Amino acid sequence: MTDNKQHQIITSWEEDLFNALKQAEVKQLPYVPDAGHSKVINMAHRDPDIRPVVLTTEEEGVALCCGAWLGGEKSVLLMQSSGVGNCINMLSLISNCNFPFVTIITMRGEFGEFNSWQVPMSSATQGSLELMGLNVQRVDEGDDVGSTVAAALYSAYSSDQRIAILLSQKLIGSKKW
Amino acid sequence: MTVEKLNRREVVKKLISNRNNLLIISGLGSPTYDLHDAGDHNQNFYLWGAMGGAAMMGLGLALSQPKKSVLVVTGDGEQLMGVGALATISVQMPKNLTIAVLDNEHFGETGMQKSHTGYGIDLVGIAHSAGFPISRELTNMSEIEVARNDILLNNGPMFLNIKINSQSPDRSLPTLDGVELKNRFRVSLKS
Repeated sequence: MTDNKQHQIITSWEEDLFNALKQAEVKQLPYVPDAGHSKVINMAHRDPDIRPVVLTTEEEGVALCCGAWLGGEKSVLLMQSSGVGNCINMLSLISNCNFPFVTIITMRGEFGEFNSWQVPMSSATQGSLELMGLNVQRVDEGDDVGSTVAAALYSAYSSDQRIAILLSQKLIGSKKW
Repeated sequence: MTVEKLNRREVVKKLISNRNNLLIISGLGSPTYDLHDAGDHNQNFYLWGAMGGAAMMGLGLALSQPKKSVLVVTGDGEQLMGVGALATISVQMPKNLTIAVLDNEHFGETGMQKSHTGYGIDLVGIAHSAGFPISRELTNMSEIEVARNDILLNNGPMFLNIKINSQSPDRSLPTLDGVELKNRFRVSLKS
């Protein structure tokens, strides 16, 4: 290097998200895939210290996270907004037992959505989560992803909080058809 | 000759009679009462709800405690609701996890309506097809005794479908306080 400019390492929001999981020592990463989560899922599959768990339905992940914490491991559930509806009754396990819980949800059915079938559940996502007692935090800017995930993991695992992070469709990009 | 079907309380007592460090999760309804009746323990986690989630909770626990044996005791209705979990568990292949279904072929808590197994649906076959290396149907107490020893070998994941009669013994109720159940379980693992 011959110039004196400070070189900043630019990371993607996906890398920031994954780094936040690693920093917090998340060990189990249950998911039903979404295109918006695909880079993080791929990173998890390449990492020997984190176990990705592919699910048949999102509610499985809620129960898995509770079992993981019973045994002392941290986990994060990845899903898209349409999966939230599948989780509703299982979320009662979180509130009945005060389990710490973090889920990261990619939003469909909002910005530039082609598939109108995604819209009804998307519109009900935040309300459904709040009705089940979760604190919902929405992220629209890539730069905020890492810090929001890190803060949520800290809150959840320091004092048994339950937090859903919504990654907006504007952030992840609308699906190309 | 008609063979008398097993009694659920005797089955659960026998299945956990040499539990050592066995970690146990029970599915809602009668399996929770059966486990409590067999003897309360800090390493019992009783579900009172979250139907369909018992096996997955067992998976999360088994993955986080790989050196201990984990047993999920649940009912046929509960397991049928979470039948996809059998595929999810097989992908992970936790050697230390056993799913034991107390199969009375009915929804016992809600008026004894016939369940899918009562119509002939074969949970052992489903678990086998899903990839469980061990999937057995148990119909007598000597098979329960063998399974009891196998649970502690950690050669699974293992699926046991235990045919029981549809009698409902008196309820044996653990605390409903989920926070207490969670905390005592975690504390017991740390000590």
